[in-house]
Amino acid sequence: MNIYVLVKRTFDTEEKLVISNGKIQEDGAEFIINPYDEYAIEEAITVRDAHGGEVTVITIGGEEAEKQLRTALAMGADKAVLINTEDDLDEMDQYTTAYILAEYLRDKNPDLILAGNVAIDGGSGQVGPRVADLLGINYVTTITNLQIEGTNVKIVRDIEGDAEELETSLPLLVTAQQGLNEPRYPSLPGIMKAKKKPLEEIEIDDLDIDEEDVEPKTETLEIYMPPKKAAGRILEGDLATQVSELVGLLRNEAKVI
Amino acid sequence: MSKKVLVLAETREGALRNVSFEAIAAAKQISGGGEVVAVLLGDSVSEFGAELVNCGADRVITVEHPHLKSYTSDGYGQAFMAVIEQENPEGIVFGHTAVGKDLSPKIASKLQAGLISDVTTIEGEGEDAVFVRPIYSGKAFEKKTIKEGITFVTVRPNNIAPLPREERSGEVSSLVVDITNLRTIISNVVRKSAEGVDLSEAKVIVAGGRGVKSADGFAPLQELANLLGGAVGASRGACDADYVDYSLQIGQTGKVVTPDLYIAAGISGAIQHLAGMSNSKVIVAINKDPEANIFKVADYGIVGDLFEVVPMLTEEFRKVM
Repeated sequence: MNIYVLVKRTFDTEEKLVISNGKIQEDGAEFIINPYDEYAIEEAITVRDAHGGEVTVITIGGEEAEKQLRTALAMGADKAVLINTEDDLDEMDQYTTAYILAEYLRDKNPDLILAGNVAIDGGSGQVGPRVADLLGINYVTTITNLQIEGTNVKIVRDIEGDAEELETSLPLLVTAQQGLNEPRYPSLPGIMKAKKKPLEEIEIDDLDIDEEDVEPKTETLEIYMPPKKAAGRILEGDLATQVSELVGLLRNEAKVI
Repeated sequence: MSKKVLVLAETREGALRNVSFEAIAAAKQISGGGEVVAVLLGDSVSEFGAELVNCGADRVITVEHPHLKSYTSDGYGQAFMAVIEQENPEGIVFGHTAVGKDLSPKIASKLQAGLISDVTTIEGEGEDAVFVRPIYSGKAFEKKTIKEGITFVTVRPNNIAPLPREERSGEVSSLVVDITNLRTIISNVVRKSAEGVDLSEAKVIVAGGRGVKSADGFAPLQELANLLGGAVGASRGACDADYVDYSLQIGQTGKVVTPDLYIAAGISGAIQHLAGMSNSKVIVAINKDPEANIFKVADYGIVGDLFEVVPMLTEEFRKVM
């Protein structure tokens, strides 16, 4: 089976954000594979181990994203592709990203494409479904279970807390929701092997894409931190007093009940 | 220039969802005095047309087909594209719901359009509309605009105030669309969300963390949530420990919520959890540890054992409600 995983390099969830000159400061910050993409990688490896084939992880970004691709290879992916846009594109949005990924995948005949259901930085959740639409294949988002038999696929997906069971077929793009699996940690032999696995680096020229084709359709005007909240009130007195004071405050001061 | 804006209206358990009224209000602002057209898709939905008009839609278009009974991206995609072809809108608003998140990128792709997802505030109106959305799960915000083409956004539930309801008249028309070639067949939906209150739309959330200690420990939290018409949520710690299902997880992985009232019981307040709830309107923290991080974002805090405090709180609310 020909399996592809769309991966994004993101800020570590432990990181505090600092904004300067209207941009999020990246210097010295830790980066990780977007946590939802880790579920996608894990599932891709599991599917390959059960059905045979090859797992290729793809990312778009700069040179630094190589590190996250090597981690995916160390987990067990077979090949990696970095589409390096550093020199060509200043501004990108989900339209841009999906267009480039779809152009790359178009002649690869993927049976199964996996991605995270959302990236924890931008948080739009658009790229997976957009890529599927551009390739003309079906997609299912926020999946928590995947069973493949031949070209038949049975899926459970999370819809706002409920579990929807459905049937579809390959070729297919799915996006991973938490609960799909427990991503493995790269093993030491895995890390050693990953160093020798193929990591191809290409640019948008190699995909015959002009900069004008991938002009973003949206524009970011400003990035800012939410206003700091004023310090809250720790209630005092015996518990019964605190509880009745709290109910009074919620009803009369905050007016939320 | 005023715009014609389409809104995808959604129903859940036989009623229109609140987020659809909020989406209509957003569309009104984007339209800048233009026209707001609500779109209803389903097997039998025309009964909801009048209510959408009363909530601010100028017109309603229904597409009814047996294949639209359950949502599939193929079925809804074909129906909504047919409406777009007929109406040629300059704007589209969806709720940022399970359906909205799944369908909006497909429609945007077909229109070769930009899409601003998960909008929480709209500044200005018409051509000047600027869209505010959280990034890094609410640790920061960005302001965005559409550079070219249709203005397409999804709005996060619970953030944009709906328009006041009033008796209005507006046309409710139906469009016949042939829905074919569905590549997905829904076989079953297992209801896991208790009491039917969806976490992302809940006005009140009572959330528990590791301090709740067991699955049974969530019972008093559920009781309080039920009384307040809210939903129960959890921190990652509580989900990892198997006290509750991952579908209840609030945080940087998990759901990002903005209820009117968030009651955090036995949650220490890891940065990843705060990212998912710190934009709630009012936050109450209940924790034994006075140094717990959660108190830093709380409006009101009670230092104490949640197993004592939560039942007392339920009793107290019962007295006054």
